[in-house]
Amino acid sequence: MTASVTRATRTSTIGVVVVAIALVALALGPYWAGRDGMRLLIEAYTYLVLASLWNLLAGYAGLVSVGQQAFVGLGGYVLFALATLAGVPPLLCIPLAGIIAAIVAIPVAAITFRLRGAYFAIGSWVVAEVFRLGFSQVAALGGGSGTSLPAAIVQGMAANRTAREHLVYWVALGLMVAILGLIVALLRSRYGLALTALRDNEVAARSNGVDVERTKLVVFIFAAACTAMAGSLIFLQKLRITPDAGFSVNDWTALVIFITVIGGIGRFEGPFVGVVVFFLLRETLSDLGSIYLMILGAIAILIMLKAPRGLWGFLAERTDAQVLPLQRRVVARGK
Amino acid sequence: MNWVNTILQGVLVGGLYAMFAAGLSLIFGVMKLVNIAHGDLIVLAAYVALIVTDGLGLNPIASLLVVVPVMAVIGYCLQRGLLNRTMGDDILPPLLVTFGLSVILQNGLLELFSADSRRLQAGALETASLQLADGLSLGVLPLIQFGLAVAIIAGLHWMFYHTALGRSFRAVSDDPRVAQLMGLNNRHVFALAMALSLAIVAVAGVFLAVRTNFDPATGPARLIFGFEAVIIGGLSSLWGTLLGGILLGVVQAAGAELDPGWQVLAGHVAFLAVLAFRPQGLLSRASR
Repeated sequence: MTASVTRATRTSTIGVVVVAIALVALALGPYWAGRDGMRLLIEAYTYLVLASLWNLLAGYAGLVSVGQQAFVGLGGYVLFALATLAGVPPLLCIPLAGIIAAIVAIPVAAITFRLRGAYFAIGSWVVAEVFRLGFSQVAALGGGSGTSLPAAIVQGMAANRTAREHLVYWVALGLMVAILGLIVALLRSRYGLALTALRDNEVAARSNGVDVERTKLVVFIFAAACTAMAGSLIFLQKLRITPDAGFSVNDWTALVIFITVIGGIGRFEGPFVGVVVFFLLRETLSDLGSIYLMILGAIAILIMLKAPRGLWGFLAERTDAQVLPLQRRVVARGK
Repeated sequence: MNWVNTILQGVLVGGLYAMFAAGLSLIFGVMKLVNIAHGDLIVLAAYVALIVTDGLGLNPIASLLVVVPVMAVIGYCLQRGLLNRTMGDDILPPLLVTFGLSVILQNGLLELFSADSRRLQAGALETASLQLADGLSLGVLPLIQFGLAVAIIAGLHWMFYHTALGRSFRAVSDDPRVAQLMGLNNRHVFALAMALSLAIVAVAGVFLAVRTNFDPATGPARLIFGFEAVIIGGLSSLWGTLLGGILLGVVQAAGAELDPGWQVLAGHVAFLAVLAFRPQGLLSRASR
């Protein structure tokens, strides 16, 4: 009898097919979704990206950041700065924002990694506040009252408004697929194995030769770059940025954490479930204003206490399901 | 003389920051819990004080007689009813539950009291001051606030090392399992620590409310100031917390003197500098 390691299961085979069909349908979004539908979908894509990245940080690498809004706002501001002050085409600004954020993330990590566990969370928040207050001081970008993308630059992106909206939609979808694809690739690589080990038991991972600090640093830089690209896209769609909107802890971290916790932390599929639940709740309860946020917070607390692996984790533990072939398992085979 | 004044005012404000920090550092020391809702609980205490002063016609200092016990009871119940369920080796549950609590508190206060800024009126006490020299005077209220901060730190220090309660705090902190074997009820001890933390929060909240305007969204900044004071001073040192608060207050006051936009930013930068060059804090030898 021999044994081999495989990732695929029956559910993941079905899952891959379903994902492929869904992608084709989403790619055709501009032809069936309408203007409001497209805006909602773009928002869902960006939240899915932000939640998946936060999940990678907190759920796998043990880096519970409350300061990812630092990189959302940085991405947004890089877009506005490069496009308005240097004349760079807006779409080119998105990958540039990723590169700049990756470089900025190195000193940020050097300082905040000195704090452990929960103190890292607040330390990362302080960094985001430094960014917010710092950009409020930059007069060329409108200081505290922010800045808008000039009409000439916006109109230069495409022939007309419809074409521009389609373009932004496809860029958003493409960015989501690319970032989620990179996360899958990362989780299936050596780093993924190290990360999964880290998620399950940091001490055991360390004793088995996982370079914990290096793995955390790689994940932090990767998440920073991708978060900044998502941030650029968010503000390319909004066409206006202020320090308070760009570095909002509520919009870019609290909601993202709730989505991940509700869907399932430490599972690739969790943020998908979380985004669906979040948008369903929002579309039905948003009239309640601040009470809606209280309900969301209460649900997140309840899930953390009763089903700490979230809705997807709750389901997956009972059915052994996974949508994408990520989890390694040993299969015994008779000769 | 202007700069002497700035530094003195900064020192006095630092007492308030030390109060923010003392409650935070107490529960971290006893049960390794970092309470993200700490700042929102300070703001909650300020609103409780607002109700008490309006409803009973008490002045803010006298309102402490009501606000402190109320907050302590809230703390005990919060720990017993909710946070004890999150205690364990995993840092995620307490962090995320207190984060959720923070969002609930902010939005709950917003729903009840609207986003309007409020302030507690302390009457004649508010403007009373001691003239030290020409152009140099200290407000009586900031002096009381600073004195209370020193008293709280000294009291905590004495409590930790000279009372049965302090002994049980140190015991559950060193090893919760052995503490339990020795007959301590950890859940009760944790709840007492949170009650004490929120009693300090109550004092901080009342003085915050007299000193500045507050609204439901001002909590997170108080959490960050308290946290910065803890880290600047050194995690394991109570007197370090006081020093950290004072330094933060002075740096903020100096930043504001140079440019009003730099007040908070200067404090953050000082915190990051300490983290970069002396991560164990100023008054602590242990590395973290």
